[in-house]
Amino acid sequence: MKYRNPLANAHGMGSAKSGLQHWWMQRVTAVVLALLTPYAVYCLARYGISDYAQLKGLFAQPVFSGVVLLYVLALFWHAQLGLQVVVEDYVHSPGLEIALQIAIKIVYSLASAIAVIAIVRLALSA
Amino acid sequence: MSAHKRPLSPHLQVYNPQITTVMSILHRITGVVLAFGSLGLLWVLISLSMGPEAFSAAQACIGSVIGRLATFAFSLCLMYHLFNGIRHLFWDIGKGYGLSAVTRSGLLVLALSVLSTIGLWLLATSNGGTL
Repeated sequence: MKYRNPLANAHGMGSAKSGLQHWWMQRVTAVVLALLTPYAVYCLARYGISDYAQLKGLFAQPVFSGVVLLYVLALFWHAQLGLQVVVEDYVHSPGLEIALQIAIKIVYSLASAIAVIAIVRLALSA
Repeated sequence: MSAHKRPLSPHLQVYNPQITTVMSILHRITGVVLAFGSLGLLWVLISLSMGPEAFSAAQACIGSVIGRLATFAFSLCLMYHLFNGIRHLFWDIGKGYGLSAVTRSGLLVLALSVLSTIGLWLLATSNGGTL
């Protein structure tokens, strides 16, 4: 049985080769988050957020601020990928779905941009 | 529509809840909660970068009753999504698909989520920190 439509055969280009990308990046970001979350929540529970100077001092260490940066970017990427699927599955009105998909992309791209600026600022000023 | 009364696939409203289905939808619900909560995390990060005054406002907000409840809910969702996410990663590499294995890993995830959340909050309160 042939599963490809005639137009695809005429173009002869095969698949678009990006179908796996969403699934794969969801797993890659999941692995990053699964590795770093236990350390992050342990530190937050152990040290709390009561000491401003101590927290700020941590960001002066490039390895620490770098890891936080990786963590936050993986977090927002993962959140965006997950919300995208939830909207695809449950929102069936086309106009609302497109609006939500665009809003999700904007909000989490902006969140990533702001996080980069905040962390760089902390790392340089500490 | 067809005039014949044909059998329908099971509707969620009349389908008996099972550990597989309930934990599956919980993974999505906690994921959505965490996605919104992550913006709260960003807000704490912004406050920290803006200086002591801005950060003390964030500390006061998190230290309030509503702030603590929200943080607790966030931590429980995070622990559930973390352990169930690891369960998903094992499925992705083809492990743990048997019916009894799925039930056992599900119960393990539920137990680990509750225990780790309790552990984190015992650790947090024993230090007398803001969180």
